[in-house]
Amino acid sequence: MHKLYENLGKIIPLGEMTLQRANLAFITLDRRYLRSALHHLRDVEGYSHLVLLTAVDWIEEDVFQLTYLLSNRTADVDVGLRVMLPRENASMDSIHDIWPTAATYQRELREMFGIDFPGSPRVNEEFILEGWQEIPPYRRDFDTKKYSEENFAHREGRVTKDPASHMKELLYPDRGQ
Amino acid sequence: MNYQPDRSKYPAKKADGTLDIDLTSGKYLKLWHGPNHPGITGNMSVELTVCGDEVIEGKVHVGYLHRGFEKLMERRSFIQCFPIVCRICVPEPDFNEYCYAAAIEELSGVVVPERAHWIRTMILEMGRINSYLMYLGGQAGALGQGVIGQWTTYVRDLMLDRFEELTGARIYHMFILPGGVRDDLPEGFKDRLEATLKEVDAVLKDVHDVMFKNAVFKRRTIGVGYIDPAWVDEYGITGPNARAAGVAKDVRKDQPYLVYDQLDFEPVVDHGSDIYTRADVRRRDVAMSVDLLRQILAKMPNEGPVMAKLPNVLHWQIPRGETYIRGECSRGEYGFYLVTDGSRFPRRVNVRGPSYTHAMTLLERMIVNTNISDVAALMVSLHTYPPEIER
Repeated sequence: MHKLYENLGKIIPLGEMTLQRANLAFITLDRRYLRSALHHLRDVEGYSHLVLLTAVDWIEEDVFQLTYLLSNRTADVDVGLRVMLPRENASMDSIHDIWPTAATYQRELREMFGIDFPGSPRVNEEFILEGWQEIPPYRRDFDTKKYSEENFAHREGRVTKDPASHMKELLYPDRGQ
Repeated sequence: MNYQPDRSKYPAKKADGTLDIDLTSGKYLKLWHGPNHPGITGNMSVELTVCGDEVIEGKVHVGYLHRGFEKLMERRSFIQCFPIVCRICVPEPDFNEYCYAAAIEELSGVVVPERAHWIRTMILEMGRINSYLMYLGGQAGALGQGVIGQWTTYVRDLMLDRFEELTGARIYHMFILPGGVRDDLPEGFKDRLEATLKEVDAVLKDVHDVMFKNAVFKRRTIGVGYIDPAWVDEYGITGPNARAAGVAKDVRKDQPYLVYDQLDFEPVVDHGSDIYTRADVRRRDVAMSVDLLRQILAKMPNEGPVMAKLPNVLHWQIPRGETYIRGECSRGEYGFYLVTDGSRFPRRVNVRGPSYTHAMTLLERMIVNTNISDVAALMVSLHTYPPEIER
């Protein structure tokens, strides 16, 4: 993993690397260098499998973390590239031309986090939600409890009883308490 | 097959690459395949545009099952998430439990006892058999062979009996927890599991004879639904869909987890890459799982703890970190990406289900130029479960 970090570091400036285990590392890099890094990892280092693309909302730091997880199956190693984006009007370069399957991930991120990927196929089409008017629901500042209280009718929960006294009352109603 | 479609009937492409479909021309028809359709895999639908009986465009629609699992988990403590994770995949819930538990263990430094690893592997292989049995019934059913589904459901029910006596539940087991598994095997369990495996063997032979040698099944599936091996990396194809295309991708072998490095097996690989081959790879995979279960029963240590000591799970705080744990489920690579921030709750959980890529970008590409009557068989042959897509 340190060798990969060295090789990649010769081409583009890299941020910190977190070695999670012997065959999994996360590397932070600037958004400008992401596509070069992905091309290098896919074409030179053998990381041909895009495992997933997702986002983490670090609302306290006012950033979204995009994680591009790649896998080199033959060498049994994974690397996650972390790109930090400001939360305000978040937008990122699309990578659907590198991996066509990324278009689906980007469409979901657009809907669930509000991160735009200009040029990605069908990125503005509804994916899971239908007629959603609120802020993107997977952002940390979306309050699920408040939303459900405002939009759904209140339903009483189940009535709970003390098992011992309930069964006594049920089986021996004439014996009293 | 020398059939060449008449391209003059097809719509031209617009500048942005989308098709210029004029529904008022009378040439094209929109047809909704699902969400309530016997040929659909779970609650999803495909919006087909057809010209005659040939599909010229298909758009997959999901969202019918969305409950926001990933978001729900951000408001729950680590242990409270267990009733949620198993519900992300109904026919094979144990992979969610394993991946999530293993991710927590890695980030918190909990060491799992050896015997728990063996029991976890056994449960995952039992779940795999169940999932494949459902698939075989569905694949045959999509082509009119209802009886196969009855046989496989019978033997799946026997396997559910084994799950019930082991975990107390038939579908959602919640048996794999951080630190190990909830309990040890009941007395005599190994013998009863072996008896069930014999039943699986018998039904598998019948399925092979009746389904895979059937002339109609062969005529309708051989050469239909081709996946080019070059698409495997482009579309993130994993599991039997990749192995049937000649790409020997199997996480159990490539990136061994649990005790798979101590078991003797070779991934099932074939080269036809059509519906028939994918079904056959899965049938042979069931036989391999039966063999793996027998190896596990023979090699498993007879004694030892099955659960590590955990901190108080109600106040369990896990230091800031992130990890990814994967396993080979019946549809391909299943994984959990877990991010923690030092609090009592997960910061972010992302589930990587194989259906996410198979049922969306891949299916939309494969469905073009197929016949309407093959759409159901094609969809089922990708073995997709919608809850993994929308989570």
